[in-house]
Amino acid sequence: MSEAIKTANSDEIQEFRTGTDFFRILCWVAAVAAVATLAWIITEIVQSSWPAMQKFGFEFLTNSSWQPNRERFGVAPFIIGTAVSSFIAILLACPLGIAIAIFLSEDFLPLPVRQTVRFVVEMLAAIPSVVYGLWGIFVVIPIIQVFGTWATQHWGNIPLFAGPAYGNSMLTASVVLAIMILPTITAIARSALVAVPKTLREGAYALGATRWEAILGVILPSAAPGVVAGTILGLGRAMGETMAVAMLIGNSSRLTWSILSPAGTLAGLLANQFGEAEGLQISSLMYAALILVILTLCVNMAGEWVLRYFQKKTAGIR
Amino acid sequence: MSASSITAEPDFFQHSESRKSSLRAWGNRILSIICVGLSLLTLIPLISILFLLIKNGLPLLSWNVFTELPPAAGMVGGGFGNAVVGTLIMVGLGLVFSAPIGILSAIYVNEYSPYGRLANTVRFVAKLLTGIPSIICGVFAFAVIVATTNSFSAWAGGVALAVLMLPTMLLTSEQALLGVQNAYREASYGLGATKFQTIARVVLPDALPAIMTGVMLAVARAAGETAPLIFTALFSQYWAKSLNEPTASLSVLIFNFATVPFPHQIQMAWTASLVLVALVTIANVTAQLVFTKKH
Repeated sequence: MSEAIKTANSDEIQEFRTGTDFFRILCWVAAVAAVATLAWIITEIVQSSWPAMQKFGFEFLTNSSWQPNRERFGVAPFIIGTAVSSFIAILLACPLGIAIAIFLSEDFLPLPVRQTVRFVVEMLAAIPSVVYGLWGIFVVIPIIQVFGTWATQHWGNIPLFAGPAYGNSMLTASVVLAIMILPTITAIARSALVAVPKTLREGAYALGATRWEAILGVILPSAAPGVVAGTILGLGRAMGETMAVAMLIGNSSRLTWSILSPAGTLAGLLANQFGEAEGLQISSLMYAALILVILTLCVNMAGEWVLRYFQKKTAGIR
Repeated sequence: MSASSITAEPDFFQHSESRKSSLRAWGNRILSIICVGLSLLTLIPLISILFLLIKNGLPLLSWNVFTELPPAAGMVGGGFGNAVVGTLIMVGLGLVFSAPIGILSAIYVNEYSPYGRLANTVRFVAKLLTGIPSIICGVFAFAVIVATTNSFSAWAGGVALAVLMLPTMLLTSEQALLGVQNAYREASYGLGATKFQTIARVVLPDALPAIMTGVMLAVARAAGETAPLIFTALFSQYWAKSLNEPTASLSVLIFNFATVPFPHQIQMAWTASLVLVALVTIANVTAQLVFTKKH
């Protein structure tokens, strides 16, 4: 009997040994595949953009004409458009996001109200980009048109608000972008605020600080890296956002100072032209995609780096 | 005299202090009001979006829109049945490609060598992949599939969505496995189980609800995406017959119909948006429910 158990056991062990090894290898292959995906994406894009790289070199970045029929390609307006639209979006979303993060981490209003606001912000993250685009066409564009005509009349001599005012404009896209990146900024800023040790707040109160003196003087400064990281990651999202921007910005490659006139972004350029592109145009679009990848990767890495630095720092306080 | 000055001083002191502190209290109150006001301001866009979705989307919503084909330009009637089917097909394909890689690599990262170099690389790459714009997934699928087969297809759309879903799947699965108590693993080893037995019979069953949450979140994100599909699956006016031809999807239908000058098509875009938002919300809520059931 003891022999029977022994053989059964060793058989089983044998079976599971091979099973274990096989499963380990399977998991290893999957992990390598996950890493390889990023490498594959980048090599594939570099490879496809090679002809355009050879032809245009770095002039591609500074040239401001995009004329497929003449095979002249330059993405300067789109790089600037990407930068400006995400910058305005951050400018609008940052104060709002920080205010909501403070609101969610303090007890101004009872918990159900705060939970509702939190739910709303999360819901904003779940709405598809294309629905924002549709909403923007029928709600934001008319509002911006009214604002634009007013602004050109009153502030028309400032280049930023120079007329004529269009509905499909840089400002429209930026406003919708700001709403879209609000959840990212809020979520990260909130978790940074919540992570500030209670003792700091209690210390501030003990010294006689009012609530806002504590928030502005103690809590916000010690959560600052987290808030900055949230803003940077929001910037990364804004730069890569495609559909809503493509539907609202007007997709023009003309460079102007006015935020009330149409502009274009790298992502919008890709969305609009890839479907019907041929030959050198595909290659040039791939080149534009590569620039977009590099820009967003840099911004996101900076954000992650700040976040990690912040986590290390607060780990020391606790 | 000295006694009176002593009694006078605290009085004066108190007076100025109370004025100063009332100023501080007012500043405090005003900032609180500003903060609450700004927070409640965020309700406006969401309420506006939901209101318009219902107001413009509901009138056309009927069983027919799920069974009929999209109307041609300027025509009335029809639906977007093929787009719903197309979205489901391509999200399904994305899931089939990304779930095994995502979950298995999460198992490698968390169970086999949590501190190894490969594990750290995988975590880092997953973070980078989450930050990659969704349109780049489309560019990648275009280069790999559309450019080599010379045809837009559901396969290409599925691959693009798979790349999009992979990091979500991987990171949430890793969190799920991280949530399994080490005592369970030790107990399993203590009973003589092998590593594989421990993973398959103890760790995975315990982590499964949380892994499913990640899967549902990835599905919700992929279902709403337009950018990866717009030049990989393109669009089609007809029912999908094979995976090798252009395929319709809800999100691309909304994009196409939102930018045409025909009122009926625009209204259909709202109806499709309503259906899409409902789908995404259902996926999200399911994810939350599955997750909360466990904890």
